[in-house]
Amino acid sequence: MMKKSLLGALAFGLATSTSAFAQTEIQWWHAMTGANNEVVNRLAEEFNNSQKDYKVVVSYKGQYADTLNAGIAAFRAGNAPHILQVFEVGTATMMGAKGAVKPVYQLMAEAGEKFDPKAYLPAITGYYSTAKGEMLSFPFNSSSMVMWINRDELKKAGVNEIPKTWPDVFAAAKKLKAAGHDTCGFSNAWASWAHIEQFSAWHNVPMATKANGLDGFDTEMKFNSPVHVKHLQNLIDLQKDKTYDYSGRDSKSEGRFTSGECAIFLTSSGFYGNVKANAKFDFTSAPMPYYPDVQGAPQNSIIGGASLWVMGGKSANEYKGVAKFFAFLSDTDRQAKLHQESGYLPITKAAYEKTKASGFYEKNPVLETPLKELTNKEPTENSRGLRFGNMVQIRDVISEEIEAALAGQKPAKDALDAAVSRSNQILRQFERTVR
Amino acid sequence: MEKRAHFSGWTLPLLLILPQMAITVIFFYWPASQAIWQSFLREDAFGLSSEFVGFENYLALFEQPEYYRAMVTTIIFSTLVAFFSLSVALLLATQADKNIRGGHAFKTLLIWPYAVAPAIAGVLWIFMFHPTLGTLARPIRAAGIDWNPMLNGNHAMILLVLSATWKHISYNFLFFLAGLQAIPKSVIEAGAIDGAGPMRRFWTIVFPLLSPTTFFLLVVTVVYVFFETFGIIDAVTGGGPAGQTTTLVYKVYADGRLGGDLGGSAAQSVILMVIVIALTAIQFRYVERKVQY
Repeated sequence: MMKKSLLGALAFGLATSTSAFAQTEIQWWHAMTGANNEVVNRLAEEFNNSQKDYKVVVSYKGQYADTLNAGIAAFRAGNAPHILQVFEVGTATMMGAKGAVKPVYQLMAEAGEKFDPKAYLPAITGYYSTAKGEMLSFPFNSSSMVMWINRDELKKAGVNEIPKTWPDVFAAAKKLKAAGHDTCGFSNAWASWAHIEQFSAWHNVPMATKANGLDGFDTEMKFNSPVHVKHLQNLIDLQKDKTYDYSGRDSKSEGRFTSGECAIFLTSSGFYGNVKANAKFDFTSAPMPYYPDVQGAPQNSIIGGASLWVMGGKSANEYKGVAKFFAFLSDTDRQAKLHQESGYLPITKAAYEKTKASGFYEKNPVLETPLKELTNKEPTENSRGLRFGNMVQIRDVISEEIEAALAGQKPAKDALDAAVSRSNQILRQFERTVR
Repeated sequence: MEKRAHFSGWTLPLLLILPQMAITVIFFYWPASQAIWQSFLREDAFGLSSEFVGFENYLALFEQPEYYRAMVTTIIFSTLVAFFSLSVALLLATQADKNIRGGHAFKTLLIWPYAVAPAIAGVLWIFMFHPTLGTLARPIRAAGIDWNPMLNGNHAMILLVLSATWKHISYNFLFFLAGLQAIPKSVIEAGAIDGAGPMRRFWTIVFPLLSPTTFFLLVVTVVYVFFETFGIIDAVTGGGPAGQTTTLVYKVYADGRLGGDLGGSAAQSVILMVIVIALTAIQFRYVERKVQY
């Protein structure tokens, strides 16, 4: 993969070298593989062909965590790239690194590029903006969590309607189990993202104080509320006979949906490409379920995926090139095309409207599900996004406690209390390093 | 006669040991001293701010119940892996040492797993034993065992011990085989003439003569389990479920690289270093006495 992109970059470099005198290079480090890697390469190529002054050079740096670490190590060694792709949970880490990054709103203003923060979908940019609405990083590939449905199996089990609420899901899972799905009624990937992070936003309950950390690093976890405890207790009860069956903290077990084993499966909307390629049944996606007795639910979902951070300490000319590249990415036609081809969420309102008007969603309703979730209601301070330092570690802590609870080692309340207090320790540790 | 080289002056001997010293200093003493220094600091991931905090990182560590649990997990894990990788390797080596047709092919095949990268070994095992997708998990489930390493800590530990052992057997096998071949046939034949059966010959002649190899492998295996298994753990269980397969070295990796807590991670690696030095010293002090060279 790396070799291919390198070769591509090389070939392109040779092809353009005759016309390209004094071209400024913009380094872009990313973590995209497979079809998404092609998208990155194509975008760079199109941008390089569209003008003569700047050349975007892409490098694949491994998984999200590897790319972030590579960027950090390069910064410490004094040769950071211009653009670094960082996953959403690395946002607080990047924000805390004052001087290491250049906020996007500043970059655009200084470079004099046309930039209207209101043109972007607030559900997406909110995650990457300060409390004042200043955009810090540029959203690139965004997704949200949806419920994937195997229509064929649901029909066979006598479930005629796609479940909307959690009680509906539990009932459907019991029917599925009775109809032969005895190892999995329903399941999910990304345990913490599904049952704590998205769950909190979708039910408009705080995961933490200070607008889930967006308003300050002195945030404290709150996800041991009665609603959270009730939900986890339900999962514990259903795990006993595998009406619900745990599938791990990451996406390694997503194959349980495409293989037909789990007919109801919550995971990222970015799973689309995989499902389309591998599922041999009638599938669709639906919004995440909710508890109807929780007031205000469903609220809106939050995003996942990654954004592009601009690293600090580069020359004004280089920043101008980065700004031009971001303006290029924001173009309505380009965004609409990118969205329809790759399944990424569009980041501008105009691109969303354009795709909607073209009738694309009538043929591909699966791609609109995450957008409907994200824009379901005006985001509240519980659903704008999350910003926790050392979030990668916090996710592991939460997953650990969920696992202990599902294995019957502790009751739901104890597990969530422990997860909250351990997460708070990590938050305090981070708070001290950014002071 | 004394085996001692005589040099006139200091220049040549110093020059000759210089490359080795340079390698040791650059690749061991320097990073180790960096780790010790870092364990007294609190730093953000980017190295923009750093504050000297004394022993605070260490104290914070000993307040974590998870840290003690990781210690217990490490003891269980290393005992199991050391026991199985040594005993199975010895068994295989004694069998391969016999004059059998195609012996060379067997020997070569048995060495192969050592060439497999830890992460790949891990992925291999997870594919075989994945609760629902694994090819070997199906017969286990069919036998009525609710095999689920994703939620059951014991199952995850079994899977981990299997893959870490499998990975290290080749190395031990190779040394045991070499050790066996170095034992003079005449000694064993003498035993046979005196009427000792194969088992007796093994325990009274071969095993004692093999003890230097066994001792060396014990030390190396313990170091392997302590330091080199985090790749397998990362690929197979990620330290889960519920932290039940998080060993000390995996915690160093998880806290430092995934968590960005460099100070705490450095403190852990210093403690780990001390533990391994102590363990090796104990092994040399007490176990080596029973070794006959």
